Amino acid sequence: MNEPMLGGMAQTALDRRDPLLRAGNTNCGGCGFSSLMQMMRHAVADQPVHLVIPACCAAVSAGVFPQSTYGAPTLLTTFASAAAAASGIASVARMNGEDTRVVCLAGDGGTYDIGFATLSAAADRNEDVLYICYDNEIYGNTGGQRSSATPAGALTTNLSRGKPEQKKDILAIMAAHRIPYAASISLAHAEDAVRKLRRALDLQGFRFLHVLSPCPTGWKSEPALGMELVRLAVRSGLFPVLEVFDGKRYVVNIEPDFSDEALDMYLSLQLRFQKSGITAAGLRPDIDRHWQNLRALSGRIVPARRSA
Amino acid sequence: MSLKLLSANHGAALAATLAARANRAGRGFCSGVYPITPSTECMEYLCLQEIEKGRVVKVESEHSAMAVCIGAASAGARTFTTTSSNGLAYMAENCIAAALLRLPVVMAVANRTLGPPWNIWADHGDSLLLRDQGLIQFYCADNQELFDTVLCAFRLAEDQAVMMPVMVCMEGFILSHTTAQIDVPEQAQVDEFLPLTSIPHRLGDTPHALGQVELPHQVEMHRHQHLAAMNGAIDVYAGIRDEFERVFDRRLPDAVVAYRAEDAETLIVSMGTIGATAERVVDRLREQGQKVGALRVRLFRPLPMEGIRAWFAGKQRIAVIDRDVSLGFGGVLWGEVNALADPGTVVQSYLAGLGGGDVRPEHIENMLSDLLPRTSAGLPAMMEAA
Repeated sequence: MNEPMLGGMAQTALDRRDPLLRAGNTNCGGCGFSSLMQMMRHAVADQPVHLVIPACCAAVSAGVFPQSTYGAPTLLTTFASAAAAASGIASVARMNGEDTRVVCLAGDGGTYDIGFATLSAAADRNEDVLYICYDNEIYGNTGGQRSSATPAGALTTNLSRGKPEQKKDILAIMAAHRIPYAASISLAHAEDAVRKLRRALDLQGFRFLHVLSPCPTGWKSEPALGMELVRLAVRSGLFPVLEVFDGKRYVVNIEPDFSDEALDMYLSLQLRFQKSGITAAGLRPDIDRHWQNLRALSGRIVPARRSA
Repeated sequence: MSLKLLSANHGAALAATLAARANRAGRGFCSGVYPITPSTECMEYLCLQEIEKGRVVKVESEHSAMAVCIGAASAGARTFTTTSSNGLAYMAENCIAAALLRLPVVMAVANRTLGPPWNIWADHGDSLLLRDQGLIQFYCADNQELFDTVLCAFRLAEDQAVMMPVMVCMEGFILSHTTAQIDVPEQAQVDEFLPLTSIPHRLGDTPHALGQVELPHQVEMHRHQHLAAMNGAIDVYAGIRDEFERVFDRRLPDAVVAYRAEDAETLIVSMGTIGATAERVVDRLREQGQKVGALRVRLFRPLPMEGIRAWFAGKQRIAVIDRDVSLGFGGVLWGEVNALADPGTVVQSYLAGLGGGDVRPEHIENMLSDLLPRTSAGLPAMMEAA
């Protein structure tokens, strides 16, 4: 076991023999998507899986024709088409009695923005598709422009000041489609992540997973610190890790300590925040409000913020 | 065989249904559809059919309709969709993707003017948007022809040497909403005519990626293959016509349909239903002793250049009627066929029926009155609907 960040669960006998993301791919060092694919390899194991990838970094990761970086049959689609193309693949698989898991891997641009209508409609039809958004909070493939997943206070290549608007709450939106399963995944909490990947793979109907995916290139952070950044985002309450069943039952999986120290550290380790001058105190009220909502939804009415 | 009264929209959907059922022993049928006037009735009809091993996915946009077809074809199924006008323009990105991925999607297009300003009537400007993108295009002139061409489109699209999308176009309302008699074959005949869909590059068990990054020399190679397959489709279509006749006991029209053209000095060239009107004009003028003939380009992509050139040989004047306009140029069909005439022939562009304006025999007669005194071609002439 040489992947300590994966909590000792990857590269065991349970893993899929052919990795889903093979060595020699062109991902940047420290890319969260690479770590996600290692966990996927473990979670998918021997199940047949087809990948559907719209225009995004993962489309480039596929490599140059005719070789493929992916260890599973893969369809690369136009930017706004992943969920619809996956609907077609899944429909044909089911009518032929095949249990192939159809998995979309899309960035935040293809999920929150240009592909949103397609995603919403596929969720509405409850297609038998697992849709995973690996969210690096920018248009990474084009060099790092603002998306509606870009968090408040972050700088992007097309913003002269930190983003004034808050990040879109994609998980709430997907949960509002009343799909069987919607969850957020922290790559820094491998056990919880793999459990949820497995659950999402096993369920029928439309499943949505939201993964905060560190992007050293876009976040202007140390590649080796990606997992630590995710951990800080979870600890501080900035990135809630939860599951929503049928749009009704909310379960918080990882309890944050709402530490301002963690939030400060999260911001200070990324030049995208450092340069904009956003502070932990500036973000805290919105984080608190969000957690008050989550407490109400999850039925665990405890103070949103513990005293130090 | 049974005779049915059907609109062209319903005829296209029925042909697609029969083709869908014919693949029940294969990987089935899956289609994505979205309504837009005037192709709506086609998708409605399709949605209400019972198709064993088939699914029609009611999506949220034309863009996604084609994406479902792309996914379904990638998984090896037979696919079909239908659209019009702005729907086709919205779908265009994925139509191009389906073509470049070499997926045999069949689509019925009820031609309609692009907007806004909104206009729901016929104009070939929508399907001609996709002229250069690697999709085969047919333009039909009556309901039976449309029905037969949709059936044949599955066979052509899925032919191993062709393997690309086929658009079967009909003018909105003029054809899409006209109810006429269609000779509908038995399922067993369609089963015999259409082999099970087999897409060699479909996603199977072996890891491979469809649609990934290609370097310049790879793009060149794939475009070369696509171009060769496109050009070869003319011969494949000729073979399918024979097979069609063997199974259904009637003949599909040729790629270009000539009417009293052998000894004609003047030729009227058009696409779609204007071609049928032109044939009536030819009859009328022949009675007056004028040596006029008509040529209807049914297969527009690939363009049957040899066939057209042969019909053009020795003609004095050619009127090319376009129900479209390439702004800054003239008629699209005119631009295509201009170079196929003898050097001395006057090939004049006439633009008519834009925005769904009627093109009646007298309009075409006016064009010929304009053409006959000409010794050289002039600027494209816009003929107003009167």
